[in-house]
Amino acid sequence: MPETKASLRSAPLAAMQATDTTDPRYYHRVVDCQWACPAHTDVPEYIRLIAQGRFDDAYLLNRESNVFPGILGRVCDRPCEPACRRGRVEDKPVAICRLKRVAADLKSTGIAARLPKAPAGKNGKRIACIGAGPSSLTVANDLAPLGYAVTIFERHDAPGGLMRTNIPSFRLPQSVLDEEIGVILDLGVSLQLGSPIDSLSRLLADRRFDAIFVGSGAPKGKDLPLPGREAAGIHIGIDWLESVAFGHTGSIGERVLIIGVGNTAMDCCRTSMRLGATSVKVMARKPRSFFKASDWELEDAEEERVEIVVNHAPTAFVVDAGRVVGMRFDRMAYDLDGTRIVAERVVGEVTIPCDEVILAIGQENAFPWIERDTGVEFDRWDRPVVDPLTFQSTRPDVFFGGDAAQGPKNIIWAVEHGHQAALSIHAYLNGLAPADRPREAVRLSSRKMGLHEWAYKNDYAPLERRLVPHVSLKERFKKISIEVELGFTAEQAAQEAQRCLNCDVQTVFEARQCIECDACVDVCPVDCLTIAANGAEAEVRARLRAPAIDPSQPLYVSAPLKQTGRIMVKDENLCLHCGLCAERCPTAAWDMQKSTLHWPHADNGSSPCQSPERKTA
Amino acid sequence: MTFMSKPKVAHPDLPRNALGLTRRDYEGANSTLCAGCGHDSITAAVIEACWANAVEPHTVVKLSGIGCSSKTTAYFLSGAHGFNSVHGRMPSIATGANAANRRLTYIGVSGDGDTLSIGLGQFCHAIRRNLNMLYIIENNGVYGLTKGQFSASADVGSKAKRGEVNRQPPIDPVQLAITLGASFVARSFSGDKAQLVPLLRAAMRHDGFSLIDVISPCVTFNDHEGSTRSYAYAREHYEEAVHADFVPAAAEIAVDYAEGAAQTVTLHDGSRIVLRKVDADYDPSDPGLALDAIQQRMRRGEYLTGLLHVAHDAEDIHALGSTPDTPLNAIPYESLSPGGDALRRVLEAYR
Repeated sequence: MPETKASLRSAPLAAMQATDTTDPRYYHRVVDCQWACPAHTDVPEYIRLIAQGRFDDAYLLNRESNVFPGILGRVCDRPCEPACRRGRVEDKPVAICRLKRVAADLKSTGIAARLPKAPAGKNGKRIACIGAGPSSLTVANDLAPLGYAVTIFERHDAPGGLMRTNIPSFRLPQSVLDEEIGVILDLGVSLQLGSPIDSLSRLLADRRFDAIFVGSGAPKGKDLPLPGREAAGIHIGIDWLESVAFGHTGSIGERVLIIGVGNTAMDCCRTSMRLGATSVKVMARKPRSFFKASDWELEDAEEERVEIVVNHAPTAFVVDAGRVVGMRFDRMAYDLDGTRIVAERVVGEVTIPCDEVILAIGQENAFPWIERDTGVEFDRWDRPVVDPLTFQSTRPDVFFGGDAAQGPKNIIWAVEHGHQAALSIHAYLNGLAPADRPREAVRLSSRKMGLHEWAYKNDYAPLERRLVPHVSLKERFKKISIEVELGFTAEQAAQEAQRCLNCDVQTVFEARQCIECDACVDVCPVDCLTIAANGAEAEVRARLRAPAIDPSQPLYVSAPLKQTGRIMVKDENLCLHCGLCAERCPTAAWDMQKSTLHWPHADNGSSPCQSPERKTA
Repeated sequence: MTFMSKPKVAHPDLPRNALGLTRRDYEGANSTLCAGCGHDSITAAVIEACWANAVEPHTVVKLSGIGCSSKTTAYFLSGAHGFNSVHGRMPSIATGANAANRRLTYIGVSGDGDTLSIGLGQFCHAIRRNLNMLYIIENNGVYGLTKGQFSASADVGSKAKRGEVNRQPPIDPVQLAITLGASFVARSFSGDKAQLVPLLRAAMRHDGFSLIDVISPCVTFNDHEGSTRSYAYAREHYEEAVHADFVPAAAEIAVDYAEGAAQTVTLHDGSRIVLRKVDADYDPSDPGLALDAIQQRMRRGEYLTGLLHVAHDAEDIHALGSTPDTPLNAIPYESLSPGGDALRRVLEAYR
């Protein structure tokens, strides 16, 4: 039956409760990119700063969360981009990652004065970090400014961990690595290169350190024990990339097979193309929709004429005179039920000749150097038992982070682990319980400047995603260190930045002010507002002005409106944050308010053992 | 109003009508009315109704006079024809257009000033001629464009924004129209699209003059305490007598109505109006009883709303005037202008 006054006034029993927007997670979640980023980088704000040409400010804001804007602006796994609202409103998300790089590329030399500095004095506490990868470096970044003496032990002769050994220089130039790691080392961090730790017991027995952070990564590449494995010409992907990175390997055979189709496989195939291979095939067991590699890495590899072969399961290495000369595969067929494989069959066999094989089928962390009697417990899969929030092990003064803690993830996760572990170490060394985590908070401030003026650019820019220019296919293979991506210019970045929907400028509703004139409902370009009778969520979702079919996207539900008792419902899914609802509202029941997330770090005034005045940088 | 125009980007899953169009395809220019104006809600309801009826925008003629209300024809169906006439003279233009082309859908939008003061005579004669059009009055009880003086529809005792009280009795367009023999007379409220949209849909399909008087609060000059046209007052004091659901020709009547509670009126194109009486004693087919009920409610300070009177046997302008079935622009020039000989023959007949 159509809605009438009588039916509007009596809310059914299963009615929804008003949304609690005082919970910081509500508005945080609306900022899809920031919510998806493990380090909760304030993406919309730094994009706005880039649009204004304030590259130094954008860089520093980035650095607060992700520590390595120049590195991550090139090689981040970008969980923010699939989450980007623009990708749902249109086809393609904002090029968030490449905008981050712009801030790093175009920042001024004057920025040095604004980067964190070594403190005047030390606090007398000493911390050892094992491995000079992103998680250890983040721990050092957060704790050194507070006066901790941080020593990083690294087995290689250069810092960076997998950022240096596994990411080829045509994707991440060494100069960028050196610069951003240098900023951290300049905080007075002691870096011990060529110093593998081969016994935790001994390190503990020395009593040189008050806390130990293990950021040793997942350095063990998985092997493929098939007949013929002992032949020459078969490499483990991450070890091979490492030997290329350090200049120990400078060439490869003409025909190369890469087994596996993750991001390491993409780096292996593209590196092979630069070391003399002419025919590189990436052999995948499953269909394309099951690939682990990111779409953009696949695109870049295919642009370089790497062939990606699906539905081939390896069965044996073909060996002649002790060298691999080919590989045998079963040709597979799969029955799919939606996105799930329900049955697989072998439909044939094929031998593909090759000169070398690179195995890129995954990696694991490994701790042969941790004795099992130190108090650091290991689970039944031989992984260290680590608290997922505090990153503390079962021995209170030993912490884990990055791939060492939870197995292979990616750099941005390692950074966030580092932040959280630093917070825990800081608490622990001040006699507090690391489990008492400081809470995140959201600050709201109105963007209203005048009747129709907002302190943000609210108009929708109907622009398509810009492509990052690449070095030509002819040029890029001349040297392995030629960076393929050129990065956006300031002008291109300013254009791309306009595509950001300003999701951090929140639509804040005050039910008491609403006179139910429908103005906001009528003007909303994407029909995300409805004034409706309350009801059960599934039922209300079905009678909104436009279908709200994505249950993962929250509904904002107001308190009952005063004239009819109905509720204002907003489907957050496609909101453009254009502010038209607030412009049209005669009573200012809607306002556009910028939300700023405060995400606790050891060095940003949130630690329970630190007063906010001691903020650094 | 808003300073930037509504972005063209739309919800990707917006429903499409039989023509494959979404609501967004029925929009017009950016509104320049005050934020929160009832008129903008009516505009949105017209957009919704035109979309739901799947009218081709180029077969619609939008007509208006002068006033805040008369600006609104610019804010919907930018693909339609439009004529913004002199103050109160919209019915004359509508009469001419109607006579020239009976195949188009005519939507006139006027206000309480344009209709009940300067255009009262035109309004009455449009009803007498039974123009085949939808005539919307966006009724807010004040002259908004000239800073909020009482209009001819202001209720006795209603307070202006600065405190003065209206003492002249109002002209009620609904009662006037019923008295003059209008065949489709409804009252609604800009804040109740669930009622307004089906009324608009049915009125567009009704053969003959359809009047919908829409209470449309003036958010700037008449939305205060003491006003009888505020959002709050309208919500407290409107009672729906007859709810009209519109059912297109090909569609099934999808809602189950309790037996005896619903009455179906079939329109000339086969579409139907299902009348659901909220007030069991109300009879929309009897103009006398309807007037009685409306007056009773009015004395209590209440608005009776819904499809208050409907008759479907009245002859429209084309029947009354024996106009040809073919629009004038589709009749060959030789027939339309048969030449001097034919004229002489006509004149002979009068000698």
